[in-house]
Amino acid sequence: MERLLKFIYEYRAFFTFIFLELMCAWLIVENNQFQSSRYFNSSNRIAANVLGFSQGVREYFSLRTINNDLAHENAILRTALEQRNQRIIASRIPELKKTMINHRFEYISAKVMSNSTDLYKNYITVDKGKLDGIEPGMAVISTLGAVGKVKSVSNHFSVLISLLHTDEMVSCTIKQKDYFGTAQWDGADSRFTALRYIPRHANPAVGDTVVTSGFNAVFPNGVLVGVIHQATLSEEAPFWDIKVALAQDFNRLSFVELVKSNLKKERDSLVSVTIGEIR
Amino acid sequence: MIRSIIIHIVLFFVYVLVQVVLLKNLVLFDAAFCFLYVAYILLLPFELSSMRVIVIGFLMGFTIDIFYDSMGLHAFATVFMSYARNYWLAVITPQGGYDSGNTPTVSTNGTQWFLVYTIPLVFIHHVILFFLEASGFDMFWYTMMKIIGSLFFTLSVIVFLQFLVPQRRRI
Repeated sequence: MERLLKFIYEYRAFFTFIFLELMCAWLIVENNQFQSSRYFNSSNRIAANVLGFSQGVREYFSLRTINNDLAHENAILRTALEQRNQRIIASRIPELKKTMINHRFEYISAKVMSNSTDLYKNYITVDKGKLDGIEPGMAVISTLGAVGKVKSVSNHFSVLISLLHTDEMVSCTIKQKDYFGTAQWDGADSRFTALRYIPRHANPAVGDTVVTSGFNAVFPNGVLVGVIHQATLSEEAPFWDIKVALAQDFNRLSFVELVKSNLKKERDSLVSVTIGEIR
Repeated sequence: MIRSIIIHIVLFFVYVLVQVVLLKNLVLFDAAFCFLYVAYILLLPFELSSMRVIVIGFLMGFTIDIFYDSMGLHAFATVFMSYARNYWLAVITPQGGYDSGNTPTVSTNGTQWFLVYTIPLVFIHHVILFFLEASGFDMFWYTMMKIIGSLFFTLSVIVFLQFLVPQRRRI
């Protein structure tokens, strides 16, 4: 026994090393399980504030484009609102009641505190959290297109999985063709993502619009993801090899909207009940 | 001794702040990263025991992980590098050994020795970090490009700082 203790003491550095490495490995595996709420990431207050400071400095240099984007969006929204008002007046339809169906999605605006685009697994930190009604699993969009989904939340901040994350998959459809596929980033270029599982007979063309399908109830139906940049079909592949130019330039992301799906719980429980019956 | 410890604690936070505020935003050509925080581990005093270097390496990696949202990734790579550090120091001991109380810097052992000391350690840190992040060898050459790019970037900054910051012979 004494010898054993002596042996362990002799090699204590080695054992500490092994112990710490195992712990790190466990942390890595644990972190890859999606949508947890945990404290040791940039959603904790100190980390978020430090990162927010550096984002503030960086943002100063792109204020002009941010302003342009926001003004542009304002114009679009104003036009849509005006058209809607005209329609209501012209046809004398009473305004739609606030039913559950037309209040399926609520939008919560948030500011980006930190963002990266060059890693394989990129995350975004924003300044809204649990107290603002954010929950893990919510979709995130911007004025230009889809951004990602919420991974973990603290009281005032949340961490989002960016579309530029090699494990993030979003159900998509090609707008003009109605074929379904999955958008998944390949890790290389932050301007493009890959669209997988589009069958051979689909014939996608360069310039076709790719939007979210709304199949997984995270994203609303029809949020713009990007435009097909390149589509190739190798000799024996069952699916097309499609490169999509992302609508949102992730390098200058500064405001996002988090989408709260009010019917998600109802839908999920219905699906699980149905699947339960089949079994 | 106490003074040295206090200086190192302050330096720890300086390295973390510089890394997450400045260098996190500084990526050259979408491929070359600067992980300057490894220099903190590399420049710890010679006589520090393996055990302590590993624990400090873990704390450093873990702190960086919090800001990069990459739980365990930087910690894993840094702990490995910290463990290798003291063995590598033993292998490349110059004639006459190290002076106790010194730190492994350019001014104590010369530029050539310093490069021999840092290149393999930084390289191994980057290899582990990037391949773990890519979770596999699917994109081998692209990852390799990132590793080599980051190695050059990180090393240049470390060596540049060695000449820029006036070196104390002893802390």
